[in-house]
Amino acid sequence: MRYAMVIDTLKCVGCSDCVVACQTENNVPMGYCRDWVTETVDGTYPNVELELKSERCNHCDNAPCVRCCPTGASHIVEGGVVLVTHDECIGCGACIEACPYDARYQHPEGGYVDKCTFCHHRLEKGQNPACVEVCPTKCMYFGDLDDPTSEVSSLLQTRKHKVLAPEAGTSPNVYYLIK
Amino acid sequence: MTTSRRKFIKISALGLGGVAASTSALNMFGANTYLDKLVKQNVAGEFNKTATYCEVCFWKCAAWAYTNDEGEIIKIKGNETDPHCYGRLCPRGTGGVGMYNDEDRLKTPLIRTTVDGKQTFRKASWKEALDLIASKMTAIKSKYGAESFALLKHGSPGSHLEHLFKAYGSDTIAEPAYAQCRGPRETGFELTLGSWIGSPEPTDIRDTKCLVLIGSHIGENMHNSQVQEMSDAIDNNATIITVDPRLSTAASKSQHWLAIKPATDIALLLAWMHVIIEEKLYDKAYIEKYGYGFKELKEHVKDLTPEWAYGITTIKPEKIRETARLMAAAAPSVIVHPGRHVVWYGDDSQRERAIAMLNGLLGSWGKRGGFYFKEKVDLPKFPHPAYPKPKWGWEEIGAKYPYAEMGITSELIKSSIPGEDDEHPIKAWIIAGTNLINTVPKREMILKAMDAVEFIAVVDTMPMEITGYADVVLPECTYLERYDGIRNAAKRTPSLALRQPVAKPKYDSKPAWWMCKQLGERLGLHDYFQYDDFEDIIKWQLEQVGSSLEEMKRLGVKKFERKTPLYMEDGEDFEFGTNSGKIEFYSDDLASNGFDPIPVYTAHPEPPQGFYRLNYGRAPMHTFSRTTNNPNLFALKSENKLWVNPKIARIIGLKNDQLVWLQNQDGIDSTFSIKVRVTERIRYDSVYMYHGFGHTNKKLSRAFGKGESDTLMMSKIPVDPLMGGTALRGNFVKILTEDPHKNSKV
Repeated sequence: MRYAMVIDTLKCVGCSDCVVACQTENNVPMGYCRDWVTETVDGTYPNVELELKSERCNHCDNAPCVRCCPTGASHIVEGGVVLVTHDECIGCGACIEACPYDARYQHPEGGYVDKCTFCHHRLEKGQNPACVEVCPTKCMYFGDLDDPTSEVSSLLQTRKHKVLAPEAGTSPNVYYLIK
Repeated sequence: MTTSRRKFIKISALGLGGVAASTSALNMFGANTYLDKLVKQNVAGEFNKTATYCEVCFWKCAAWAYTNDEGEIIKIKGNETDPHCYGRLCPRGTGGVGMYNDEDRLKTPLIRTTVDGKQTFRKASWKEALDLIASKMTAIKSKYGAESFALLKHGSPGSHLEHLFKAYGSDTIAEPAYAQCRGPRETGFELTLGSWIGSPEPTDIRDTKCLVLIGSHIGENMHNSQVQEMSDAIDNNATIITVDPRLSTAASKSQHWLAIKPATDIALLLAWMHVIIEEKLYDKAYIEKYGYGFKELKEHVKDLTPEWAYGITTIKPEKIRETARLMAAAAPSVIVHPGRHVVWYGDDSQRERAIAMLNGLLGSWGKRGGFYFKEKVDLPKFPHPAYPKPKWGWEEIGAKYPYAEMGITSELIKSSIPGEDDEHPIKAWIIAGTNLINTVPKREMILKAMDAVEFIAVVDTMPMEITGYADVVLPECTYLERYDGIRNAAKRTPSLALRQPVAKPKYDSKPAWWMCKQLGERLGLHDYFQYDDFEDIIKWQLEQVGSSLEEMKRLGVKKFERKTPLYMEDGEDFEFGTNSGKIEFYSDDLASNGFDPIPVYTAHPEPPQGFYRLNYGRAPMHTFSRTTNNPNLFALKSENKLWVNPKIARIIGLKNDQLVWLQNQDGIDSTFSIKVRVTERIRYDSVYMYHGFGHTNKKLSRAFGKGESDTLMMSKIPVDPLMGGTALRGNFVKILTEDPHKNSKV
């Protein structure tokens, strides 16, 4: 089992529904977020390209946050999902600095570090992450890369794609479909 | 949407002392108790979920609202069976919970009073506030006639008040959604294809082969099923052609972005028709059977070549030809989209007519992948006595616009100013669910009218700018706390959706239906309000169509069989709803009223040296000014920025996030500053900003003073001579790098 998220940048409109759905699903404190939307503009008017995409923790196979965590609070579970055990986190912030995706924040009340869990509590029940489920453009796909017949596998087999910050050598598990 | 991660997260300075050190006992996720909590909250077992439909915008998506054991609303999700949302709400619908939780909501009725010579609001009881409004309604009626009491409204509260007003004897009713938004397209399509577009639009985007968007921002306007279907169209490799001076989100998804010079769209539409006719790309049999005045159109566009249009639109002739051919190749599965907010330059009904004519040439009306025929449920109205016939109303006020089919808000406002329209003097207003200050241009005129009228009551959920001008403010509870009319919207499949209270109204807020019944009883109109609870009406109506409240509570949405065909058959004897019963490429009716029978391109004023055309649009996570204070949505986008082309930024010396002020062609200065956003997505002759920001009411604790209002800068307003639409894209602004108010500030 190797969970992965595939996001089609050709369909994303950058509406941030994924962000609100995550906040209400995961009780993310107001003013913070586990996922967010970025916009990249390339070219000169009128030859301009725009890329919108939803970003989050990349649940890396080679996760710098897990390597640098002094207490083992950041860890990888079955399926490759990177989690933080809140009770074991001392809030040192090393993982926040180590993450090339800027995917982590310190909880304003608990003091612990928090981030995307791929909605692990939903996966257990066979449900997709809240962001995938809500997206009104259906640009987000979730599934098992170890299963060659899964939707995510076939999308990566047939469509041009990229990952973020490949130079960091993290082997991320969030993929972006591109032109 | 441009949120950078660093900015969004305000890392707290919390020390480590507060961190819980204990590790919990073994559980499902090892030590991760928070995941267990989420399982309990969101995925395990049974939840309290209540069916409703959304009112954060007016697409009315059916949803399930989840409540916790304390009865508080924790999240809202789309109803899987709903044809408006297919189980997926947009960010505003998902964030609807913020509308309920907003601590800035109006909490009690308020009455204007004077203390020590200063005007202020005091809290009032419902009885006192309603007694006062009823006494004013009685007084205005006996002094001037009920006609002189106007209703300016939007959304669900507006429909309850409309019933009250009609029973009271006033048809002096208007909503900005008509003459400040959609009106021209309804006129243009009615005159040409004999049908309104209406909402939701019957565009068959799901099955289209070619979608043409002209200044329509699908994806930034998040009208749900339409956005979803555009995504399906992308998956289906449909051709998307977008005409827009700005690289909109939709333009960025298009194979063909036509970066048109603003205000020249009619020239492009005429040139497209020229190509389709000259190259004989239209469906001959179709035009022969259903067309009227095709010969006149052919003659009209004979010389309107792509080369002619190039000089006007700046779009290359070969691009105009290429895109016209693509449309024709896809026909009839092609949609030249009518758009939604279409009051631009004052000849908007004619532009919309040109769009309808192009669809006529392509034969897309009533065709799969073009426009389908929508159908709704035949749902009887709850019985009440006939309304009295007023001596005059919106129709008489707007009489000089022969094609107006609804009240023109700006004309009602004008009739409220003494001396402007003595035949139809308006003396009092109720404003419901519309922040007039930010929806209607010419602020000076609105202020003058409000100064002149004898009484204003406002019904709203939030302390919008308009509430500050009221004599009485009535706090409405949100859509999550009330019953409203059954949603009976026309789509591919007729369906009904239920709205019911998910939670008890917060504070001392009440539903609009209740306010209207209370006022009705006070005005001796009991016969029009023969129910105790709005639930009685819903129950009765549902019984008439073989359903029940119990069933609707269980389903949320109930679908019905269609009784009429979804599409037209090839060669069918079909009568269009126009005078001739055909697609009118030439309109005798327009000619007889002294208007152009076929649309003509007219040059519009261009920005003078140093000024830029002010364009505006929607942020996908907001619905105008109504959501900018919503805590969940404010967190996503808290202010608007002024989009400026890098060339212009270089000339003026502007940097990203620099604060600037605006001054329009009439010398109107912006109230607040706005941050600059330097981007290649905007043309050098225009600037752009999201609509709905720049709140001036301090009671909106989050949104106050954030960004600027585009509406404030609109003072030069050409009016559509056909239907009275107020054109909003002809204002020009200068960018000021210094605060124009600095000398007037102490």
